[in-house]
Amino acid sequence: MAVLIAASSVAILTTVGIVLSLIFESIQFFRQIPFTDFVFGLHWSPQTAIREDQVGASGAFGAIPLLVGTLLISAIALCVSGPVGLMAAIYLGEYASRRFRATVKPILEALAGIPTVVYGFFAAIVVAPMLRNSGEAIGLEVSSESALAAGLVMGIMTIPFVSSISDDAITAVPESLKEAALGLGSTRSEAIRNVILPAALPGIAGGLLLAASRVIGETMIVVMAAGLAAKLTLNPFEAVTTVTVQIVTLLTGDQEFDSPKTLAAFALGLMLFVVTLALNVTALRIVKAYREQYD
Amino acid sequence: MTFDSVEHMVTEATDLEHSARIGATMAGEPNQTGEIPGGPAKMASRNLQVRYGDKQALYDVSLDIPVNEVTAFIGPSGCGKSTYLRCLNRMNDNIDICHVDGSVTLDGREIYAKDQDVVQLRTRIGMVFQKPNPFPKSIFDNVAYGPRIHGIARDREELNGIVLGSLERAGLLDEVRDRLDAPGIGLSGGQQQRLCIARAIAVRPEVILMDEPCSALDPIATERIEELIMELKAQYTIIMVTHSMQQARRVSDKTAFFHLGHLVEHGATSEVFENPQDDRTKDYVTGRIG
Amino acid sequence: MTEISETQSRVAARLARRHAGEKRFKLLSLGAVWVGLVFLGVLLFTVIGSGHTAFLQTKILLNVTLEETDLGEAGEGGQAQAIAGANYNGVIKRTLRAVFPEARSRSDKRALYRLVSVGAAYEIREAMMEHENPVGTPVAVWVTASDDVDLIIKGTVPRTAPADQRHLSDQQMNWIESLEKTETVKARFNTTFFTSGDSREPELAGVLGGAMGSLYAILVCLAISFPLGVMSAVYLECFAPKNRLTEFIEVNINNLAAVPSIVFGLLGLAIFLNAFMLPRSAPLVGGMVLSLLTLPTIIIAGRAAIKSVPPSVREAALALGASPVQAVFHHVLPLAMPGILTGTIIGTAGALGETAPLLMIGMVAFIVDVPTSVVDPSTVLPVQIFLWSDIPEKAFVERTSAAILVLLSFVCLLNLFAVYLRKRFETRW
Ligand SMILES: Nc1ncnc2c1ncn2[C@@H]1O[C@H](COP(=O)(O)OP(=O)(O)OP(=O)(O)O)[C@@H](O)[C@H]1O
Ligand SMILES: [Mg+2]
Repeated sequence: MAVLIAASSVAILTTVGIVLSLIFESIQFFRQIPFTDFVFGLHWSPQTAIREDQVGASGAFGAIPLLVGTLLISAIALCVSGPVGLMAAIYLGEYASRRFRATVKPILEALAGIPTVVYGFFAAIVVAPMLRNSGEAIGLEVSSESALAAGLVMGIMTIPFVSSISDDAITAVPESLKEAALGLGSTRSEAIRNVILPAALPGIAGGLLLAASRVIGETMIVVMAAGLAAKLTLNPFEAVTTVTVQIVTLLTGDQEFDSPKTLAAFALGLMLFVVTLALNVTALRIVKAYREQYD
Repeated sequence: MTFDSVEHMVTEATDLEHSARIGATMAGEPNQTGEIPGGPAKMASRNLQVRYGDKQALYDVSLDIPVNEVTAFIGPSGCGKSTYLRCLNRMNDNIDICHVDGSVTLDGREIYAKDQDVVQLRTRIGMVFQKPNPFPKSIFDNVAYGPRIHGIARDREELNGIVLGSLERAGLLDEVRDRLDAPGIGLSGGQQQRLCIARAIAVRPEVILMDEPCSALDPIATERIEELIMELKAQYTIIMVTHSMQQARRVSDKTAFFHLGHLVEHGATSEVFENPQDDRTKDYVTGRIG
Repeated sequence: MTEISETQSRVAARLARRHAGEKRFKLLSLGAVWVGLVFLGVLLFTVIGSGHTAFLQTKILLNVTLEETDLGEAGEGGQAQAIAGANYNGVIKRTLRAVFPEARSRSDKRALYRLVSVGAAYEIREAMMEHENPVGTPVAVWVTASDDVDLIIKGTVPRTAPADQRHLSDQQMNWIESLEKTETVKARFNTTFFTSGDSREPELAGVLGGAMGSLYAILVCLAISFPLGVMSAVYLECFAPKNRLTEFIEVNINNLAAVPSIVFGLLGLAIFLNAFMLPRSAPLVGGMVLSLLTLPTIIIAGRAAIKSVPPSVREAALALGASPVQAVFHHVLPLAMPGILTGTIIGTAGALGETAPLLMIGMVAFIVDVPTSVVDPSTVLPVQIFLWSDIPEKAFVERTSAAILVLLSFVCLLNLFAVYLRKRFETRW
């Protein structure tokens, strides 16, 4: 029995491990770089800090461009997966014949099973060049690594996630409400838009938050398709960088472990952890409260 | 729903009297036919068969629903009352596995005809369900839902008029006049059911279908609804499913008794209860089966 | 009555518009489904389209004669050692010059030598060592062509492309064509791709190193997460008292399942590598990190599976005198196993495709040798894909796609197996 209890506590140990390692290294980082510089700084160029004389050079570790880049890409991704996932769930749940649903649903879910490195490759090799070329055709300058390419592909990746959560939320709406709407002479789409979706909204919103936390923490697609330039921009056609990309870049070179460059990765990781955790906790609360409403 | 059979029926069913008389000669007994002596029929079904997948739920049901009266459906659980009721406004269209054969007419027009618009049909035939199911919206928006989607009101003022009038007719206005913006779910069960009735009559239907409208309510609320039904029948043709024989006797003018998917007997309520022709009806109304 | 007919005409007036809206909405939602399907189709089409050629590799047939003068020092190993130590680079060059005597100048010769891969010397060596009496007799050996030749022969690069794009001069093209006439150049099944590790030369690069790394990492991952996961699930579902601590554990597990994977990589770096001083780049550490990632999946699936076993099974066992622990482990757990395995396999499929956390613990290095144990430095299949995808050479692009195909087929097989398990044991009670 003691063994069983010990096994169960591994989950807690993992969390503690994550929190401790992140916090411990982050504290070291903030000893060298002021917290406010990190959180409010507008410039991110950790490369300059490699040289001894420039350690902690002011402004080199401002995380704002990374945050903006992350938000930009996440927003693009959610703009794709939100509507598409929701509408796909509606079609499969309300319109599709059984056979169509039985064949198509697993195929769509396969999208979630594809390793992210494959999406990254696809974004870099196919989507980004395609965007650049079509941008050129209409006289728009799209850089070869763009927020748009990464965001679009990430959005596609999260379609099954959003649609399965929307599906749950929609099926949780009591059948009697749908019948009431149809009985009053609503067309199906009117019943869906006017009654079912508003009733399912909290569940869907919770699901979107979960999707957001996924997208924010996604790494490979952005590493391969979004670029490294820490530019402070909201232009989706430009290359931007994200928190996860910088963590990877900072930690995949060879460097001593306690240089601010390495430690910065942990500060970024801590930020990522806190944000995604907050999103998750909120989302799970919303979804839970929503389920209870109809039980 | 197989359409060729319906089309076939449409031609035959246009002459209602004719087909009704055929039923009468076949069944022999006057109160086992589709025809109900007395007022003109608002709705009528002929040889209605319903299957859920392989399971047959209704066999050959022929029945006339007289206008501006209350018709009650009684019968043991699972005998097909709800199924029949839901055929009358084609709610069964929404169930994939449900197949309907035969004919149902409203004012002599086949409702299963190809050119019948289901949306429009349901504005003419409203429905109230067993469990009160107000939308998660305000009281006002609940009642205004139908008029809004159908574009029945020309302007805001007319809409107000329809909503208040419907609440009034449903006997709810006095209780909610000062909180029309409160959520409909906040009302008591009986009030919610009256809200659902108001919501149904806001689209000005001609027929109202009610599937056990009181089964989720306490006796006082039930009494209010029963009174309401009797008031409403002056304007609407009402069809209700009930498990309470007392309720059928109190409220309805005509009663139809279903058993295992068959329409066993129907006629004036007093006849069916006091002088049932069929043994199964007798057993049921005296409480020996069911 | 007039009120009703007025209403009906107003309803009728809007019907056409509403039905059009309905149709639009339906089409729109169908469109959403197609967005997903088309994307998946295009993705697979692209990967297969650009990757299938990597399963073929161009080989050139050379008639090699090993001369006494080529041999190395005999030493203790005698003739065998002399053959092993022979100067095969020289042998290849001589053989090629014999085939194309017109290559006279230094630069011509160099261009000629470049038709074959640098790995060709090893291939000839191996062929000679297998041969009973190689010295003096001509031996026919299919040697690997260089990647540029390979791309031309397979048609990946059009023959009409400008010389700087095909990386081959006109003269080299002529040589290739004359080889083709004698049918001594041919695209054959690319065994190298499945039997070797990484390489700077695309024609010598293979996925075995990454695949073995993945295998070791997954084995370590399962060895840790499966027992831990099952025990946690059993405890939480069957024995845990309903108290704060249990609740906390549950919340914890649910949240862990949603922590970005890269954060687990940071944990691995800070704790496994820096605090425990475990070796960098080793599948051991990779597997440990992956096990933390899969643990929540296994626990959640395990609990669902245990919950679906009817309580009567446990009660019957208890009634027959089994201890509570026995009842669970001997009677409930076997029945729940298919469900637990299904969850485990799905978790494993996820772990197999995981890339980011492994970058953090140094499994991203260039490693030629195929690992033979869990502590050998190694990479894993998805990281191999990541590494190759960064190389602009065309020959690596097709290999990246091919490696993706290999990875996808593993992931697909695992998922199909999970589906099979679920179907097979679906309705046991
Ligand atoms: N959606 C459905 N799918 C399959 N079978 C159904 C469905 N709805 C009803 N049935 C079957 O059709 C038969 C008639 O059901 P129906 O709901 O009409 O009975 P009922 O008389 O209304 O019963 P109750 O008094 O319990 O409401 C039953 O045997 C039922 O199992
Ligand atoms: Mg019923």
